[in-house]
Amino acid sequence: MTVPVTIHLQEADFDVAHEIAALSRGRTDIGAVVSFSGICRGDEGGDAIAALTLEHYPGMAEAEIARHAEEALARWPLTGLTIIHRFGRIVPGENIVLVVTASSHREAAFQGAEFLMDYLKTRAPFWKREEGASGSGWVDAHDRDDSAAARWAKP
Amino acid sequence: MKVLYFAWVRERVGKAEEALDPPPAVATVADLIAWLSQRGEEYAHAFEKPKVIRAAIDRMHVKQDTTIAGAREIAFFPPMTGG
Repeated sequence: MTVPVTIHLQEADFDVAHEIAALSRGRTDIGAVVSFSGICRGDEGGDAIAALTLEHYPGMAEAEIARHAEEALARWPLTGLTIIHRFGRIVPGENIVLVVTASSHREAAFQGAEFLMDYLKTRAPFWKREEGASGSGWVDAHDRDDSAAARWAKP
Repeated sequence: MKVLYFAWVRERVGKAEEALDPPPAVATVADLIAWLSQRGEEYAHAFEKPKVIRAAIDRMHVKQDTTIAGAREIAFFPPMTGG
């Protein structure tokens, strides 16, 4: 059976509960669903954030996420996968990204979701610009995100 | 070839994309960065720390020693901060 994979890049917000339900509705082969949602925080290191604006590389962002989705399916016995990444202006409290993985058992679902998030952070062509009280600026990449992604490198 | 710029690279260069025809001596991504840096102050500013710059050829990540022969679209951008 082909594993259902849904990938959306969109400006609009999404409903996490709806996406989780949509992945498992009508199926009895799924024993575990893991979801991660990334949400826009209202502060960064004590500074208030008014909004984030996400720029992306249309065409490549879709292709890069699809490549990582294929790799996740090759490495873990996943039975369903949904990835949604927003772009444009996002205010605190709104969703930025969603990864939902389904499998027969929890281990694959947890690991697949973590792998996908670590790779989205460091390899998907998106860039965050922060609007704060003291002006706006591009968010710097974190070494800790590179270290997190490096855990999944194949020997 | 089409050259695209994103995030602060785009802001510093002052444009999102342009069509360029570099001379044959410009063989790799690193060569292209060096060639672009000579095109004006805005390019010199965008590429002042070349090792920080990430590149993609035809929508695939590449290292800077990759050849640009045959590339239709080359993009330059800072380290990614999505997710």
